Parts: sequence; C-alpha cells; structure tokens
Amino acid sequence: MDVIFLQVLNGLDKGSAYALIALGLTLIFGTLGVVNFAHGALFMIGAFCAVTLQKLFGLSYQVIDESKKDFLGNPLKVDVAYLETWLGPELGAAFVNWSVPLAIIFAIPVMVLVGFVMERGLIKHFYKRPHADQILVTFGLAIVLQEIVKYFYGANPIQTGAPNMFRGALDFGVLVGFEPNAVIYPYWRLVYFLFSAVVISGIFAFLRFTTFGMVVRAGMADRETVGLLGINIDKRFTIMFGIAAAVAGLAGVMYTPILAPNYHMGMDFLVLSFVVVVVGGMGSLPGAVMAGFLLGILQSFASMNEVKSILPGIDQIIIYLVAIIILLVRPRGLMGKRGVMEE
Amino acid sequence: MLGLNKRDTRFMIIVILLTAFTPFLMQPFSEGSAWAQFNGGYPDLMAKVAIFGIFAVGFNILFGLTGYLSFGHAAFLGVGSYSAVWMFKLLSLNVFPALIMAVIVSALFSLLIGYVSLRRSGIYFSILTLAMAEMSYRLAYSVLTPLTNGETGLQVRPSDPRILDGEGAAQYPNLFGLELSSSYKLEMLNHVFTFNVGYYFCAVIAIIAFYVALRIFRSPFGLVLRAVKSNQTRLNYTGLNTRPYTLSAFVISGMYAGLAGGLLAVMDPLAGAERMVWTASGEVVIMTILGGAGTLLGPVLGAGAIKYLENIFSKINESILHEWFAFLPDGLETSVVWVLSRFTGEGWALTLGLMFMLVVIFLPGGLVEGGQRIARLFRRKKTPDTDGEHHPKSTPHIAE
Repeated sequence: MDVIFLQVLNGLDKGSAYALIALGLTLIFGTLGVVNFAHGALFMIGAFCAVTLQKLFGLSYQVIDESKKDFLGNPLKVDVAYLETWLGPELGAAFVNWSVPLAIIFAIPVMVLVGFVMERGLIKHFYKRPHADQILVTFGLAIVLQEIVKYFYGANPIQTGAPNMFRGALDFGVLVGFEPNAVIYPYWRLVYFLFSAVVISGIFAFLRFTTFGMVVRAGMADRETVGLLGINIDKRFTIMFGIAAAVAGLAGVMYTPILAPNYHMGMDFLVLSFVVVVVGGMGSLPGAVMAGFLLGILQSFASMNEVKSILPGIDQIIIYLVAIIILLVRPRGLMGKRGVMEE
Repeated sequence: MLGLNKRDTRFMIIVILLTAFTPFLMQPFSEGSAWAQFNGGYPDLMAKVAIFGIFAVGFNILFGLTGYLSFGHAAFLGVGSYSAVWMFKLLSLNVFPALIMAVIVSALFSLLIGYVSLRRSGIYFSILTLAMAEMSYRLAYSVLTPLTNGETGLQVRPSDPRILDGEGAAQYPNLFGLELSSSYKLEMLNHVFTFNVGYYFCAVIAIIAFYVALRIFRSPFGLVLRAVKSNQTRLNYTGLNTRPYTLSAFVISGMYAGLAGGLLAVMDPLAGAERMVWTASGEVVIMTILGGAGTLLGPVLGAGAIKYLENIFSKINESILHEWFAFLPDGLETSVVWVLSRFTGEGWALTLGLMFMLVVIFLPGGLVEGGQRIARLFRRKKTPDTDGEHHPKSTPHIAE
C-alpha cells in the first residue's frame, strides 16, 4: 500500500511538469490552431530565467578583508555580493537563497513578452498554412532558441538550488498513517505539485469566471462568429499565447531545482508533452492536465524494480506505448471532442 | 532508354555525370590558397553526401509524394546500420550481405511501424512515428544492449566469427577484396583530387536509388501517391483503398533509409543508438524541405548543402575569421568577427536553424523553387510577350 502511495507521489512532480506544458500547448492549439513545436523551448527559457536571476543576485566584487589572512599572512580577497552591500548581509543572502521562487516574478513578464514576439513576429503568418509547415517552422525556431541559450550559458547543466528551507525531505507516510520512513518525499517536489495545482486552477478559473475568459472560450468554439460580433478576437488570442508561454516558463522556473537545466531540456520535454496532449485529446484542456498526471504516475510505476523485472525496459517506453495504444483505439484522446483533428 | 523518356534520360545522364565528377566539382579551389578550406572534395564528406542523399530521396518518396510527415525515419537508418554491422560480424566483411540484410531488416521494421502508424494521418501520424522511433531509440539504449551494445555502439572485432571470410581475409569492409578506404590521388594544376573507392561505391548505389525513385515518380503508382497528397478523401470516395499505396510508399522509404544506414556502416563499421534519436529524424526532414519536397533533385541538393555547410562551417573558427577580415579597421573587425563567429564553428546549428526557418517561411518549395524563380526571372526578360493562351506553358519538369 505504502509502495503504491509512494509511486503516486513520485509521479506527481513529473506529471505536474507534463500537465503544465501540455496545458500551454493545448491553449495554443485550441485558440490559434497552431501546432507549436517550440513550446519545449519556452519551458527551457523559463528554466534559464531562474538561472539568470540566480546569477544576477550572485554578482559580486572583491574586497580585501583585513581580518582574514592566508598562510603567508597577506590579507585575503573576499567575494562580496552587491546585494549584500546594498541590502545588508541578511536580506541579501535571503535573496540569493530564494532566487528560484523570486524568478517567478521575473519570468512572467519575460515569458509573456517572448510569447508576444513569437506570435506577432512569426506564428501569425502561419495560421493559414498546413499543420506540417507550422510544425517545421516552430521546429526551426526551437533549434534557434536552443542554440542562443547554449551560446550564453554553455552546454553543461547548471545547478540551481531550491531555498534552504525546502531542501531535504518530508516523511510523508507518517502524516497519513504509514510506518515512519516508508514514504519519504522531498519538500521541493511537494512545492512543485502545489504550485502547478495553483497555476492550473488559476488558468481554469480565468477562463471560466472572467469576461475575457468567456470571450476566449467562445472564440475557441467559433472564432468567426465572435469576430462578427465586433470583438477583436485576434488580440485576445495573442494574449492567450503570451499566457501559454508564461505557463510553460513558470513550469521551467520551478523545475530547475529538480533537474539542473541545460539547453536541450526543452526538446526532451517537448516530445513527451506532445504525447501527453495527444493522449488527453487535442484541444481539450482538462484532458491535457489529466493525461499529464496520469502519464507521470504511470511512468513512476513502470520504473519500480518489481515491474521492471517482469517487463524489462518498460520504464523507458511506457509513455509512448500508452500513446500508441490510445491513438489507435481512441484517436480523439481521453477527453477530446469528437471531430477535433480527428482524421 | 531504360524506360525513361528523352527528357528524363537527359536528366539522368546529367545526374550521373555530376556524381562521377564530384571529386572535381567539390574541389574548386587550389591547394594552399586562402579558399582551400572551402574545398569539400574529401572522400568522407562526399560519401556522406551520397548516403544522406539516398536517405533524403527515400524520405521524399513518402513525404514529398503522399504528404505524410514522418518524424521517425532515423529509426530505420539506425536499424539498417545495426543489421549491416551484424552481418559484418557474423558472415563476412564483404559489403553486399551487409547491405542486403540492412535493406531487408529495415523493410520488415518499416512494414511493422507503417502498418500501425498509417492508420492515422496528419499530425497524429507524425506523433505516432515520433513515438515509435523514440521507443526504438530508448530500447536500443537499454534492454536491447545485447543486440546493440548500448552506449558503446556495435563494432567489428577481430574475434568475430565471420564464417564466410577465410584466413587472411581483409580486416576492413571490402568489395570482394577491394578495400573501400583505398583511394587514388591525382595532382593537377595545383589541385589534389581524391578518387575514393568507397565514395564511388556509394555514388553508384545512390544513382541506382535515384533511378528507382525517378521511375516511381513517373509510374501510375507515383500518381496515386500524389493523389493521396492532394485529396485522400476524394480518392477513397472513388472506391480506391489508399492504405496499400501509402504503406508501400512507407516501406520503400524505410528501405531507402535502411540502405543509407547500411552504407554508413560500410564506410565506418560502427553503429550507435544516437543515429535513431528524433532530432536525427528532424535532420532528414530539414534536408528534404531545404532542397524542395516533392521534387526529385531537391532532397539530394538539400542533403549535399547541409552536409557540405556542416563540415565547412564547423571548421571556421575565430582565428580564420580574423584572417579574413584583417583589412577592416580594428574595432569594426572585432565586432564583425564576433557576430560571424556566433554562426560558425560551434554555432553551426544556429545557422542551420535560421536557414531552415527562412526556407520554410519564404521558400516553401526549397532550393529547387528558388532556382526556378531565378530562371523564370531571366526567361521573362528574354521573351516578354509570351502569349499564354495560344502557347500554353508545358508543365514544369518535376526535377527542375
């Protein structure tokens, strides 16, 4: 029992990432009808927003500290972060420590801007072109973005830590009545799950309960009629693209402590999140979220040693296998609407 | 000749001549001159161009004719390489058993994948092939290690059985004893031209593959495939089951990919799983689109352009750039070199991505369409008063 519980928990953090990226992909597909192969790159840019902020906070200059001497008796040079001199040592250190959560604030405007530029500058011209062209041009864009990031940050993964408070793990099993040490779960993964739950419900609430969201939903159902009613639907869809980019970016920001970001993490996540979107059903937001968590949890079950001993290698391919079966048996996905991209 | 009409025969002869004289054509700059680094006439690169040309021509039979965008073709390339190396290990270092096996195994593999994937079309087909290829890649890395030797890659070792090779047989892939790595160097007019057995072997196979593709393009079968691209639903309504046609196209292009994989193993008897990763499938898509999907010559041009630029661009480093722009004033020179070095050397992938995006945006027909546009520009100037109604233009040659 506790093993099952542990695997469900383990699946949640990966599932949250899949769900967030797939949600953005589906938003873009549902509103603009564009298949965005550069969405993984947006996730990666988000992660590098966190890296950038951490680097910015850590900028330092050297001072000669008379109180410390090296073994020859000369005074040592000590790195002092600018933040610590400006804000005082305690507050400055706190900023450095909390750089990943603070990067959320930094990442939202950056990602929205990136999304706007992408949509207005490139994707706008591809609405009328076939899906194959959209895939190709966004694939090219993904390569370009990846190479730019590689130039600035190098090819190696960059460690970006969570705040000290969230390092370590929680004995989660005790809280729900299992033996101590049976279910150990790192704090940050819990934070990630809660964060993604908040973001996802925020997006759903936004679409459900605001006038803007209502117009967007109406546009998703019938773009032309909404346009005929005198509403500038294109502008709203552009804003939705920005929001989708921000969601992918936030998923990336918060994922950095779990996986040290490198320039091709986007491509790795892209394939999986496309699979998630297809499993959930093209154009279905709840489907994308559900399939994200489902596949995350399935993957963590498949990587259990007991399962692997029966079906070797299953942990590597389970997601693709599920996707293939779903596509063949139920092509519109788990929660897809009949007739949406169902060929 | 050989079932081709006059125009196609001429076209085929041009292609054969181009392939035969590639060692001259890709070596246009004399040795020791400043431009010598643009020379691409070394055997390794020329063979790569021929091999990836085969790969792209095969991919084009599927994508260019039927419009099915497969994102998993690298899997067939990888399978072809693995089976070729296994033949080297088990039977003989002669190239023919290896190539035949590579084609057969990849045909079976693509039959399996195609049968499943072709039940869907559009983006679902792309994602199905992508998922299949990723699955094969991951399995090759993990569970199938006894077959694929995992991360190290499959290699030919002296201790392999090789039951057909006797004592004292050649230790490298050979063509009935003729070693593929042997080459003849011709020094002439300050140029060094290399004629390599391996390249010519690949070139002959590429020409045969190209001829087969040409026949497919001109055949009724090819016409049906083109009809699938323009309107599959209508074709179904006329009572034609398109599945066998698309499946044959898929298997044929899988066989081309397997052949290319086998040739890669022939040129360098080593097979690794990284040939099957999905970005490698993306590369052949890029080649085909860059050259011009749906045209005969386009994919070959695309493969050639990408492999050539890849080799040349990655060689150019900052010191070479400094040499080139030494005539500029200092400050300007540094900035020009800085900008250019972002796109060369390590930054080659950036150039590739940008080039690809530009082609997709502005030139959906690829290099071939670009050439056609330029040609049309010149033609219009010469004969401005063409009467469209009374002298209808002949349909453009598909290879142009």
